[in-house]
Amino acid sequence: MRDFSYLRAGSVDEALSAAAMPATMLLAGGTTLLDLAKCGVNAPERVVDVTHLKGLDTIRVDAEGAFIGALAKMSRVAADPAILAGFPAVSEALWQAASAQIRNMATIGGNLLQRTRCAYFRDPASFPACNKRVPGSGCSAMEGVNRGHAVLGTSDACIATYPGDLAAALVAFDAVVHLGERKVPIDDFFLLPGTTPHKEHAMQPGEMITTITIPASAAARHSTYLKVRDRQSYEFAAASAAVGIEFEADHETIRDIRIGLGGVATKPWRARAVEDALRGKVVEPETVKSASRLAVEGAVAHGGNHYKIELAPRVVERAILKSGALA
Amino acid sequence: MSNQTTINLEINGQAHTLAVEPRVTLLDALRDHLELTGTKKGCDQGQCGACTVHVDGERVLSCLTLAVQVEGRAVTTIEGLSDPGAELHPVQSAFLEHDAFQCGYCTPGQIMSAVSCIREGHAGSDDEIREYMSGNLCRCGAYPHIVEAVREAAKVMS
Repeated sequence: MRDFSYLRAGSVDEALSAAAMPATMLLAGGTTLLDLAKCGVNAPERVVDVTHLKGLDTIRVDAEGAFIGALAKMSRVAADPAILAGFPAVSEALWQAASAQIRNMATIGGNLLQRTRCAYFRDPASFPACNKRVPGSGCSAMEGVNRGHAVLGTSDACIATYPGDLAAALVAFDAVVHLGERKVPIDDFFLLPGTTPHKEHAMQPGEMITTITIPASAAARHSTYLKVRDRQSYEFAAASAAVGIEFEADHETIRDIRIGLGGVATKPWRARAVEDALRGKVVEPETVKSASRLAVEGAVAHGGNHYKIELAPRVVERAILKSGALA
Repeated sequence: MSNQTTINLEINGQAHTLAVEPRVTLLDALRDHLELTGTKKGCDQGQCGACTVHVDGERVLSCLTLAVQVEGRAVTTIEGLSDPGAELHPVQSAFLEHDAFQCGYCTPGQIMSAVSCIREGHAGSDDEIREYMSGNLCRCGAYPHIVEAVREAAKVMS
C-alpha cells in the first residue's frame, strides 16, 4: 500500500472541500478502500477520515419511511427493530452480506460504493488491462474466468458484477441517495458501464453520501431477500432477489410487487418486466414461474456465467413465492 | 519515513504512544510496533478473520483498520482477554477443553470473534454459531470442535 496523508474531517463541509482535491478519497469503514489500496487498485495521495463526524449515523423510521445516516454501520441497521419491521428485505440483505466483523466496520454509504469483485479488476499487477481501471485498455474477463460476472446490463467494455446485497433491496423499494441537499433516486445513482465503466455512480468529486431514505410501503413491509451462493455464508451472491408484495383486499391478487436483483448485473437491477407481468395477477406457481423468466430478458453470457441465466429466474420465483406467503 | 505521525492508542487498558505512517494498519501496529503478536496476520485483506480484535467492545478486522483511526477508542486483543496469571476467559477454556484447533494460527481470531458472537446473542443454535462465526476461516478444518466450544462457552457466560 502506497503511503498517503491522513486528515480527520471535523465537519461535513471540511470533508467535502477536502474530497474535492485531486487523488483524495473519503475513508469510512475502510473495508473497501484499504482492501483495494493493498491490491494496488486505489492509490490515494490523501485520505479523509469521516468516521468522527457527528450525527451521520442516525437510524430513524417513521410513517414516511426509513432515514439511514451514511455512517450507520451495517450491523446496526440489520439489527434495528424498526428496519426489521418495515423493511425486512433490507435487514436480511445486510446480515447475509460479508462477515460479522466487516458488518461492524462497514458503513451504509460505503456499502453502496463497494467496488466489483472482478478478479481482473482487483489484480492490476497481473492484468494491466481493465476498462474500469484504465479506460480503453481492454478487458480480460470477456474471454477469461467469468463465472461470477454479470449477464445483465453489460457492455462491450465491461461485464463486472456489482457485488452488493443491500443495494438490490434498496433499488426494489425506490430508495433515494442524499448527497447533502442533492437527492438522487438509487436507480439513477448507479450507472450502466456502457463505454465508460470507470464511472460507476452519479456522485461528483466534492460530494459525499450523507443519508439514504427508503419510502415506506406495504410491499417493503412484506418483503424478503433470497441469496444463492457458492457457500452458505460469507460469500457474494451468485444470484439474489429482494422481493416485496402487497395484495388487494382479497389477499391473493397482487396490487404492488417490487423486485431487485443482485449478483447478476453490472448495477443493482430492478426487474420491472417481472413486476409488470405479475401486477393484478394471483400468486400461483405457474404464473410466477413464467413471469420470473422475464427477469433475464436480454441477458448476455460470456461462457462461465451462462448458468446465471438459468439460476436468476429460479431465485426470483422462489423469492416471490416466499414473499407471497409472508404477505 | 517523512510522513510519520504520533498517535496515542489504548490497547488492553494500557496507553501507548507510537510514531507511524498513516498507512500502517492496526494489525501491523500491534505486531510490529507493540510486539503484541497474539493477533495473527493471515490473508491481510479482510477474508480470513485471523486478525480479529475488539474496538470499543465490537469485533473488527485489524488488517482493514488504520492505526490512526482507533485513536481515542479502546482496543482489546487476545492478550487482554484475561489478566496475566488470572483464570482464562471462558471461551479460551472452552477452546482447550473441546480441542477446537489444530495448528492454532486462526485461534486468537476465532476466540475474539467467539466472545463477540456470544455477547451479541448469536450463539443460540449451532446453525446460528456457524453463520455468525463465518468470518473466521480455519484451514485445518476444526469447525465442528469450534462450534462445540462456542456453544459450551455460551452456557458458561450466560
